[in-house]
This record gives sequence, C-alpha cells and structure tokens, in this order.
Amino acid sequence: MSRTILTALLSHWRRHPLQLAMLLVGLALATGLWSGVQAINAEARAAYDRAAGVLGQDRLGRIVASEGTLSVETYAALRQGGWPVSPVLEGRLAGLRILGVEPLTLPRGAAVPGMPGVGAATLGDFLAGGLVLVAPETVARPGVAEALTGFATEAAPDLPPMTVLADIAAAERLLGTRGEMTALLIDPDRALPGPLPAGLELRAATGEDDLARLTDSFHLNLTAFGFLAFAVGIFIVHAAIGLAFEQRRPMFRTLRALGVPARTLGALVLVEMLGFALIAGLAGVALGYGVAAALLPDVAATLGGLYGAAVPGVLELRAGWVGAGIGMALAGTLVAAGQGLWQVWRLPPLASAGSRAWGVAAGRTRALQAAAGLALLALAGGALWLGSGLWAGFAVLAGLLLGSALVLPALLAAVLTFASARARGVLAQWFWADARQQLPGLSLALMALLLALAANVGVGTMVGSFRATFTGWLDQRLASELYLTAESPAQALQMQEWLAPRVEAILPIVAADTALIGQPGEVYGIADHATYRDNWPLLTAVPGVWDVVARGEGVLVNEQLSRRAGLGLGAVIDLPGGALPVVAVYSDYGNPSPQAIIGLDAFAARFPGVETLRFALRLPEAEVEVLATALRAEFTLGEASLVDQAGIKAFSLRVFERTFAVTGALNILTLGVAGLAMLASLVTLSALRLPQLAPVWAMGLTQGRLAVLDLARTVMLALLTAVAALPMGLALAWVLLAVVNVEAFGWRLPMQAFPGDWLGLFAAAGLAGGLAALWPAVVLIRRRPADLLRVFANEH
Amino acid sequence: MLHVDEVCKSYPTAEGSVAVLSGVSLDLGPGQSLALTGESGSGKSTLLHLVAGLDAVDSGAITVAGTALEGLDDAARAGLRRDMIGLVFQQFNLIPSLTVDANLAFQARLAGRHDRDWSAHLAEGLGLSALLSRYPEQLSGGQQQRVAIGRALAARPALILADEPTGNLDEATGDAVMGLMLGLVNEAGASLLMVTHSHRLAARLDRRLHLRAGKVIR
Repeated sequence: MSRTILTALLSHWRRHPLQLAMLLVGLALATGLWSGVQAINAEARAAYDRAAGVLGQDRLGRIVASEGTLSVETYAALRQGGWPVSPVLEGRLAGLRILGVEPLTLPRGAAVPGMPGVGAATLGDFLAGGLVLVAPETVARPGVAEALTGFATEAAPDLPPMTVLADIAAAERLLGTRGEMTALLIDPDRALPGPLPAGLELRAATGEDDLARLTDSFHLNLTAFGFLAFAVGIFIVHAAIGLAFEQRRPMFRTLRALGVPARTLGALVLVEMLGFALIAGLAGVALGYGVAAALLPDVAATLGGLYGAAVPGVLELRAGWVGAGIGMALAGTLVAAGQGLWQVWRLPPLASAGSRAWGVAAGRTRALQAAAGLALLALAGGALWLGSGLWAGFAVLAGLLLGSALVLPALLAAVLTFASARARGVLAQWFWADARQQLPGLSLALMALLLALAANVGVGTMVGSFRATFTGWLDQRLASELYLTAESPAQALQMQEWLAPRVEAILPIVAADTALIGQPGEVYGIADHATYRDNWPLLTAVPGVWDVVARGEGVLVNEQLSRRAGLGLGAVIDLPGGALPVVAVYSDYGNPSPQAIIGLDAFAARFPGVETLRFALRLPEAEVEVLATALRAEFTLGEASLVDQAGIKAFSLRVFERTFAVTGALNILTLGVAGLAMLASLVTLSALRLPQLAPVWAMGLTQGRLAVLDLARTVMLALLTAVAALPMGLALAWVLLAVVNVEAFGWRLPMQAFPGDWLGLFAAAGLAGGLAALWPAVVLIRRRPADLLRVFANEH
Repeated sequence: MLHVDEVCKSYPTAEGSVAVLSGVSLDLGPGQSLALTGESGSGKSTLLHLVAGLDAVDSGAITVAGTALEGLDDAARAGLRRDMIGLVFQQFNLIPSLTVDANLAFQARLAGRHDRDWSAHLAEGLGLSALLSRYPEQLSGGQQQRVAIGRALAARPALILADEPTGNLDEATGDAVMGLMLGLVNEAGASLLMVTHSHRLAARLDRRLHLRAGKVIR
C-alpha cells in the first residue's frame, strides 16, 4: 500500500517538475549558504586549534620572565634545581611565526606536529639546526623560501600556516638572537620542586586559545549572516511546499476517501519531504563547499588583517559542517512543511477539496500575524532597552527582521485597499483589487524580499558608515607624512642626525607589550607635538588633555579598552610603574586589543628597556618623494623600513575592503535567493491565476495586456516592499553600529545615510520583481485560448 | 450487506444545531441496488458519507458486510473503505497527476487486490482502452466519470456507494455511463447504494427510497 501511495504522491512532482526544481533549488541554496559559512568557520577554528595545540599551549604551563626575556643561565639553574622545564624561543620573521624548541627536553604533553621522533633519520638534521618544519601550503607562499635561506625544509601538514618549527639554535639564527628564551614549558601534572625564583612567573594553560576568543564575534557575525541567508532560502521552500500541499489537497482527500488512514498518509508525506531534504541537503553541502572555497581567501585575509590569525586558504571537507548542513536541510524542510504536514495529519476525509490559493489568510489570520509581528518588534525594543551583550544584539536583529516580515502583508494589504478605494478607472480598480487578491500567495516571497532588502540596506549602511568614518579616521591618525623604522639604536641615532636639518619634526614612536586590564595590550609613548594635539581622533577628553599627558599625569585609552573595562574620564588604570587617570578616549578602528598612550618621558621612565626605532616624520607634502629617495639611498632601506602615509592608508583601506568582501558577497547571494523566492511563487501561482484572468480576458482584455498588468503588479509589490524595507534596514544598521559592533569589536561608529545606494536598491528590487514576473507573463501571452476557455468549461 | 438502523446526524451552525438525518433506517442485500432520492439538503449525501465511514453518526447504527461502524477508529474505517467499499463521486476525484491506467488500478492496489485482467476488462467495458496513457485533465467529464467508476469496481468491492455519479454529465452521457455502471456492478456481484436527483435514473435500480428533511418518506 505504501508504495502505491508514494507513487501517487510523487506523481504530482513528475507533473510539476518546475515546482520540484524550486523546492530542491531553494533548499539547496539555503543549505549551501549556511554550510558555506559553517565550512569557513570550521576551517578557521581548526586553524586556531592547530595554533593553540602546537607545543601544548592549551595544556602546558609556561614559565616566563616578569620583565623581558629568559636567559640561558636562568634555564640552566632551573634544570639543575630539578625543574622539568623545556625552553621555547618565539619570534616573527617576514610574517612567519618562528618556534624554537629543544626536542629532547620537551614535556610529554607538548604536541609538536611532524617533529621527527627519536630514531628518525631526520632527527639529527633537526637537532643540528639544518632542518626546519613548515606546513606544505606555507612553503609555497611568496617570500617564505627567501626567509628560510640556508635551511632545509620538511613538510609538516599538521603545523598551522605561517609557522616554522625549528630547533632552538636554528630559531636563534633565524631571529638573530643569542641566549634568549621566550618561555619555559612545564608539565602542570608533575610535582614542582619548590617555589619559583624571583623575577619569574608561572602561567597556567588557558584551555582556550586567545585567537579563538578574539575572533568569536567575527564568526558569530558570519553565522548570523549564514542563518539569515538560510531563513530567506527556507521561504522559497515554504512557498513551494505550501503550494504543492494546496494543489494536492484534492488528492489527499481522495486518498483518505479511498481508505488511506490519516497516519499512513501523514507518515508517507513526511518520508517524501525528508527524501527531498536529503537530496537537496547533499546538493547544498556541495554548493556550500563551493561558496566556502570561493570566500575563504577573503576571510583568511580578513582574519589575518584584523586579528593576525593565520588561516589556510584551502578548504577541507569536515564531517562537522557536512553533517550540520544536512541536519539544517532536514530541520528547515520540517519547519517549512510543518504546517502542511500537520494539516495532512489532521485532514478529515470530508475536508473541502477545493484548491485555495495557498496562504489565503482570512483577514483575521493576517491581523493575528501582524499582531505577532508587532509583538516581536516590541520584544526587540525590550531586548534593546534591557539586554546586554552580543546575543542581546542578535536578539534585537532577529526580532526586528522577523517582526517586520510578519507585519508586511497587513501593511501591504492596507496600502492596496487604500489605492483600490482611490482608483478611478475600472481597470485601475481591478488592478489594485487583483493585487490585493494576489497578496496572500505572494506574501512569503515578499517577506523574503523584505528580509533580503532590509539586510542589504542595514549592512550597506553599516559598511558605508564604517568606510566614511574609517577614511576620515585614517587621515587624523596618520597625520605624519612618512613612517621610518631603524634596524638598530645606532642606526636610529644616525638617522635622526641626518634628518634633523631636512624635516620639520621627528616624532619618536615607542611601544611596549604589556597587560592592560588583565588582557594582552600595548602602551605607546608619543611626543608632545601639534601633530597629535591637532589631529588625534579623540572621542572624549578632559580640558587641556595634551598638557596633562605631556606632564606624564594622565593616559589616553582606546575606545575598545574604555568600553571593555568601563573606563571613563577620570577612571584610574594600572600601568607598569604606577596607575594613571584616564584623560581621553580615542577611536582605534581595526585593532582588537586594548591600547593606551602616555607621554614620551613617562614612557621612558616606565619602560626603560624599550629602544626607539620608529619615527614619524613631518615635512611638506611636496618634499616627501625627494626625501624618501634620499633616505633610502643614504641608509640602504628596504621597502618595509620607510612607508609613506599614502601607502599605509592604501594598505589599511585594502584590509578594510577585504574585511567586508564576505558580507557583501553574502548580501548579494541573499538578494538573489529572495528573487528566486518570488520567481518560485509566481511560477507556481500562475496556474492558479487562470480562473481569475479568464473572465477579464473574456470581457475584452488581450492576453498581452493582462501579462503587462501582471508584470506591473509584481514590480509594484516589490517596490512597495522595498519602501517598507528601508526603515527596517536603517534600524538594522543602527543596531549593527550601536550594539553589535560595540559588543563584537569594541568601537561605535556614527551612522551615515546613503540615499544614492537606496535608489540603487529600489531599482534592484523592481528589477528582481520584473525578472521574476517575466516568465509567467510570457507563459500567459503564449497560452492558447482553449486553456482559458477550459476555465468556463469546468464550471459546474 | 448494509444495515442502517435509526441513524441520526446533526451539524452545528451559527444558528444552532441543525438535524440533517432523523432516524433513518434501511437495508440492502448482496447484489441489490438502491436509489436514494430527495431534494437538496434532504440528507442523501450525508447518509452516504456515514455509510462510507467518512463521518460518524450521532446515534443509531450502521453495519457494512457484518462490520458495525460504531466504535471503529480512523484506521479501521479507512481499512473498511479500502477493502469493502467502492466510492464514486459527483466530482470524479481522480488523481490528476496519475494516468488513466494508474487511476483505474489505484484502489485495487491499495487493497492489495489488483487484477490486471479484470482492470483490462473494466477499461474495455467502460470504453477507456484507448485512453489509458492520458491524464485526467485530457479527458471529458463523461470519460473521467467512467474512470472513477472503473476505479471503484477494480478492487471488486462488496458495496458501491455512488453520489450523484452523473450529476456533472449531460443526459445522454449520463445515461450511457449509468448503463455501464449498472452492468459492471451486476457483473461484479456488488451491492449499490446511489444518491441521485433523477427519478428517471432511480427507476433503473432495484429499489428507491425518498428522503425529505432527513427522514425516509417511502
């Protein structure tokens, strides 16, 4: 019996292949965008885990010097005192993370991927310092081979990208150090021989990698976008399934009348849906792989630019996101088909067999929907008022989007009723009244379009505001014309002497890594100069702030630090050498870490070991090129040692653009999916339109005229939806800028409006509606009169 | 074959409960045919639905082929319809996405009693042999109703319930379809309970009962 029923159920799709295609394509697209984002996240997280796992950083304790580095003598003394420690030297060279280890003393928990074991043929080479290990994709990167000149490399696939593992002696040669160690690894499970000597600190394993924590917000943002794309895709599925259920109502009733129990019918429809979900889910996962592979290089660049995280640009097929993708396809199908399945389950055998346009909601249902939408909008307002944290931000976004989508049909119905009442000619009256009649069938697609358009306006406004602010901020922050880095203190002195008569000002830039509010941060020392007084992007400051800083009596903190620690003006912050009051907060976009600035003299007193190697140079704009050429010639400087302001700005803007390339791509894909949702609804509705159009045709309107009116109707509905999406999008942008970004990145940006972009979006919405309606319109024009006459022939 | 005893049925409306059937009784023996006539709203179709187990009585009892419908759950009623009853509707209710051939065999397959020879015989008898690969939308009303009759008979049910089977057809086509149905019902040895407005058609059956306002008049 089951086979016979399934054959009957599936025969519907055979007769309506386009509907089946819409269902499968919608589900595959939704799953694909979701899986793509998850694949990217999984790849990045795997990279963080690999980075954290190297040398057991996530499991082993570390002994570090309270100030500076550890010496060979300290290490030897500890070993002699019975401490089971192993030295590590870490540093950076040409973008590579150099990790020097001593293989023979490494604790058991120190996983070193790819390192030759005792007895391996290459162990001797490794210990002798002639062999270093790198991930295969790292070797292929430009500049890496040059940086490792003189060393043989062996591929270690499990090493994180841009990491070089070497014997500590080889690492010293690479980094140009002698007798220094960054840390000593220690197995936390082994009993320690006694208290640590003075000047040393034992840091426990963090368990979670800093990078993973730091990038959580970025990945959460991506996930939220992936989910939005999935939700928009599910609208297509909902539309296709809903129409199929409605068209099959007579079949369901007949099956019930012929003796198929409701449970059997419900179960078989469920099997049918899950079968489709599985097929589309697999296709979606394949699509997701493609999306992720295309977007991963941009994401990797973003993560590298924003957080310094090295993520490989090559994608792996991982069971986690593949399984989750198929799971989402199944869950999405159940959500989309839930209402229909419930109706089949509860279908009495005497149910009306009349095929209603799907989604025909009585006025009461629409009012209830609108009420639910308003309640969601109110909840979003409540979450904004009372909630805090990133999740509250996303709750506000979800409430805004879903609430506005639910309110849309009632809003459009009101507008169409108003227009219908105001219309003069009979054709105009029919046009508006017919548009209102079409509304229930198109509601879901229009809701999907609203979501996509609102997200587009929201994200577009956010990125635009960010870009405008960021560009202005770069002008303020990079006020100096040239930025110079010396190789040594001696060279720095020579450079200063050489530059003194040639430039207007030489401003030393000094910085030290230190803990700020318990997190890794930086303290900068800056000179008392008009360059800073006139340009530095202060968000808030006490009067005479620069005099206070110059006297060493106050500290400037970046916005991230201020927000994270709740440090307002006058609050006191602990710094090496004593606490200082906060006298100003400045914007510091693109920097995930806490940062503080003090006067140059105060810096020298608090960080005596820091050498002055970097300088900002002030000189007339016209002289920059001549001076730069002379400076390079005089000191044989490399590209990285002398950078002009324009170069840094261009680089920063490039990083910025790549940061938002992913959201931009997802935005366009989501809009495409919404357009497809409209096409799906219009195509499936077109067959149901005949009984509505045939009488008008019979009364004297040509098929061509009817088709044009249908096209105009869809464009008009899309444009009305775009108008409704605009305020929603702006509200979305405000939440992104004022809530989500503040929580995710620690800075808040002023919101700016871009009316030109809105016009473009209106045009895109109209075009999407027009394109979606074009095919059904052509089909209508080409219909034989006999098809339209059949409407009357079937009248009883 | 069929025993209906003092069946009452009412439906709730905005104005209160409306009695559709008030103590209707009838009997139908094996191989017999009975026409139910009456005005619109007299309760004919409701009685047919109750007999088919598509709806439940308020009071009274119905027994089909020795099985009392009272107390049967949804699955058991569905099983009874599948195995014992053939239904012919006024609106044909064919499955639009299946061919004529698949529609003809559909209920017999559901009941696990598909007999290719009998199906072929029915198709031939109903004049459908040349139309087997067509879909319902490609058929005329009379042709669709012939498919519906064939589907009802294909599983050789003990009882055929027909609700205005020619109500959607013109007189000549209706007469032809009726002739075919009665012939094949006789050949299958089934009992027939048919609802009709037409006294002319009712006269072609063994017996007739007239309903008025939910009661049997004669």
